[in-house]
Amino acid sequence: MKVLWLQSGGCGGCTQSLLCAEPRPLFDELRDAGIEFVWHPALSQASGEEALAVLEACASGQTPFDVLCVEGAMLRGPSGSGKFHLMAGNGRPLIEWVERLASHARYVFAIGSCTAYGGFSASTPGNPLEACGLQYDEQTPGGLLGADFRSAGGLPVVNIAGCPTHPGWVVDSLEKLALEGMSASDLDEFGRPLFYAGELVHHGCPRNEYYEFKASAEKPSDLGCLMENLGCKGTQAHADCNLRAWNGSGSCLRGGFACIACTEPGFESPGHAFQETPKLAGIPIGLPTDMPKAWFVALAALSKSATPKRVRENSLADHTVVHPAVRKGGK
Amino acid sequence: MSRIVVGPFNRVEGDLEISLDLEAGRIESARVNSPLFRGFEQILVGRAPLDALAIVPRICGICSVAQSAAAAAALADAMGITPPPNGQLARQLIQATENLADHLTHFYLFFMPDFARPAYAGRPWHAAVAQRFTAISGDAAAEVLPARASFLKLMGFLAGRWPHSLAIQPGGSTRAITAGERIRLLALLREFRGFLEKRLFGDSLAVVAGLDSKAALLAWAEGRRGDFPTFLAAALDLGLDKLGRAGDIFLSHGAYGLFPAGLWLQGRSAVFDASRIAEDTAHAWLIDSPPRHPANGETIVAADKAGAYTWCKAPRYAGQSAEVGALARQLMAGHPLLLDLVAHDGGSVVARVVARLIELALLVPTMETWVQAIRPGEPFCAQGQLPDEGSGVGLVEAARGSLGHWLSIRRGRIERYQIIAPTTWNFSPRDTDGLPGPLEQALVGLPAGEGAPPTVQHVVRSFDPCMVCTVH
Repeated sequence: MKVLWLQSGGCGGCTQSLLCAEPRPLFDELRDAGIEFVWHPALSQASGEEALAVLEACASGQTPFDVLCVEGAMLRGPSGSGKFHLMAGNGRPLIEWVERLASHARYVFAIGSCTAYGGFSASTPGNPLEACGLQYDEQTPGGLLGADFRSAGGLPVVNIAGCPTHPGWVVDSLEKLALEGMSASDLDEFGRPLFYAGELVHHGCPRNEYYEFKASAEKPSDLGCLMENLGCKGTQAHADCNLRAWNGSGSCLRGGFACIACTEPGFESPGHAFQETPKLAGIPIGLPTDMPKAWFVALAALSKSATPKRVRENSLADHTVVHPAVRKGGK
Repeated sequence: MSRIVVGPFNRVEGDLEISLDLEAGRIESARVNSPLFRGFEQILVGRAPLDALAIVPRICGICSVAQSAAAAAALADAMGITPPPNGQLARQLIQATENLADHLTHFYLFFMPDFARPAYAGRPWHAAVAQRFTAISGDAAAEVLPARASFLKLMGFLAGRWPHSLAIQPGGSTRAITAGERIRLLALLREFRGFLEKRLFGDSLAVVAGLDSKAALLAWAEGRRGDFPTFLAAALDLGLDKLGRAGDIFLSHGAYGLFPAGLWLQGRSAVFDASRIAEDTAHAWLIDSPPRHPANGETIVAADKAGAYTWCKAPRYAGQSAEVGALARQLMAGHPLLLDLVAHDGGSVVARVVARLIELALLVPTMETWVQAIRPGEPFCAQGQLPDEGSGVGLVEAARGSLGHWLSIRRGRIERYQIIAPTTWNFSPRDTDGLPGPLEQALVGLPAGEGAPPTVQHVVRSFDPCMVCTVH
C-alpha cells in the first residue's frame, strides 16, 4: 500500500509522535505490513526537484497511490489565494496540491485535529488564515474538499483526530486499511476511527477513585480528580488515551494535567480557560457524556459525603500522604 | 548570473525554499524563504494568560516543551514566582529529554541521509554510509527509532506525553515523581547511554565529552567503529570542516543553569542583554515598521508587499545577525573542542554537528544527577496569582537554539505575545540595511546548480532548522 504524506498548517508533531511507535521500529512495522511511503516531507531521501517530480506524477494520476495523508490545517487565505502556504520550489498553493492529490488517492487520511477540523490555525477571531480541515470547518461539514467528497475508495476523509495523534492511531488505521480494508461503519459521525474514538479518555483514567468520590484537585500537581475545578474533559472526549499509554506509561491525566479534548472538533476554542472548569451555580457545565444532570448532582453529593479520609487527603497533595490500610489476620 | 530556486527541502521540520543567485557555478547571494505562515501570536491575543501553556506547544511538534518552558517562564516572571527545587529539576529533565531526542533525530534521520546520495558514489566511505544511513531503509533507522522511543519514555513519566504536554507550569511541574519512578528514570537513562556508547560514539560518554581539540578529536576517531566517527570521516573528506561559516557571531540564552547566556563576538564571549534585540520586517510579508524590541513587537500581515520574500522576521542583536544553537551554547560554556574548531575554521558544518553530539555526551550523565537530586515527597509546583496587568519574559534554549517569549497582560487577558524562535535567528532574511541572515551568509561561495555536489544540502541541515517555529 503506497502512502503519500504532505504537511501544511501544522506543527509536524503528529509525525514526531508517529516516530515513537512501539513496540517495533516504525519503518519495520509498516514495511512488514506492506506499507511504504511514496514520499514523506520529514523522512524521505528525495528532495527538491526529485521530490516535486514524485508529487507531480501522483497529482496528475500518472503514478497510482493508495493513501494521501495530510498533516496540518488547510490555509485558504489571504482572500482565498492560499498564499499563506505555497509549496517550496514550486510556488503553487498547498491547498491546490491537496485538491489535485485527493482526486487520485484511493483514501484520504487527515492526520491530527488541524487537518481534520482546522485546529488552532482556525481559532484566531475572524479566522484571518481562512484555515479549515480537509472536510470540516470545526464541527461543520465542508472544509477544503466539501461535505460530499468521497475518495476513489468510497470513503469520506478518515479523521485521525488528536493534537497530536497517538502513534498507534495512525499505525493501526494504516494497517487496518492495508490488511482488511475500511468501511463507513468503522468511523464515528466525525469521521474518526471507532477503534480509538469509540472510547472515552475517562476509561482507564488512573484518577478514577478520586472521580468516584468527587475528591477534586484544587491546584496544579494535586492528585485528585481534575474534572470539577481544573478543566478536565476526559468524561466527554473520545479517545483511548488511558487504555493505550503514551510514551510508555503516560497520558495527560497520568501527567497530572487536564484532558483538553484534543480529539474533538473545536477543542481549541472552548469558550473558557483551558485549565479551569466553567460552572453554573457551582456545578460543572460540561457533564459526562450520556449522564443526566440531576443524576450527576445527586450522585456527586452522595459520593462527596462518603469520601474516605485517605482519598480526600491524597486528592489535595502531590504524593500519597495516606496509604491504603493494610488489614491483618483476616479475609 | 542565473537564479535558481531550491525546494522543497525535506528532512527539516517544516517548509523551506531558497533562491540562489549563481555566478560560474558558485553562489553569489542567497535568499531564504519560509513559505508557510502560522499566525500564533494573533491566536494568543485576548486569551486567558494560562491558556498560553496549552497553545504554544502546538507551534512546534519538535520543540514542543521548549515552547511550553518559555511560556511558563514568561508567566512566572509576570507572577513573580519561582519553582521549588523538584519543579526545577523536573523542568530541566523534560527540556533536556526533548533537546537530546531532537539532536538524535536530526543526526540520524535528517542530516546523515545526505551522505548516502548517489552523487557521492565514488567516495571510499559511500557504500557503508548508504547501507547505514539511507533514509527510511538504512540499518541505522531500525536501531535509532527504538532508542529514541525508549528515551522519550522519560516524558511518559515526567510530562504525561510528548509532544504537547501541559505538565510544565509557571510554578514548576504538575507531575510529582515518586521514589519508585526515580528508579525507572535512571534505568531509561542507562539504556540510552548504552545506545550512545555502543552505536553513536563507540566509546564512553566521558571520553567523548573530554575531547579537547580538533587534533584530539581526529586522533580519537581514526579507525573507530561508531556513527560519529563515520560522520567525521565523510565530512572531512568533503571539506565540511571548512564550509558553511556564517558571521561567527553567536548568541545563547543559557540553559539548565549549566551553560551560561552570552554573546560571541570577535572570538570571545560577552554579556548578553535581551534589551538589545530588535526584529525587522523589511523583507517579510509583514507591514513595515522601524525595528522593534519584541516587548513592543507586532505581526501584521502584508501579503503583497514589494521586496518581501519570506514570512520570517529578521531578529538582530545590536544590529547584527546572530547564529544560535548547540554550537553557540558550547562556545559560551567554553567547551575546549568547540572553541578549537571555531578558532580553526569558524562555525562550520562539522562544528555545528559536533556541538550537538557533545551535548548528548555531556547531558545524559548530568540528567542522571538531576534524577538523583529529586526529593520525593517535597513539592514540585509553587502556586501563585496572575496579575490583571503585567508583563513577562521567558528566555530558554530549544535544541536548535535560543527561544524567547515576551508577553503582556491587560485586564486579565493576553494583550501582546511575541516570540523569537531559534530558526527565526538562523534563517532570517535581510534587514532594512540589507544585512543577510546567518544561513544567507553561510551559503555564499558554495557550489550550486547543474552538476554541483550537494554541499548546500549539508550546510542548510547543519543548522537543524525548525521552520514551523520560525513562522509561528
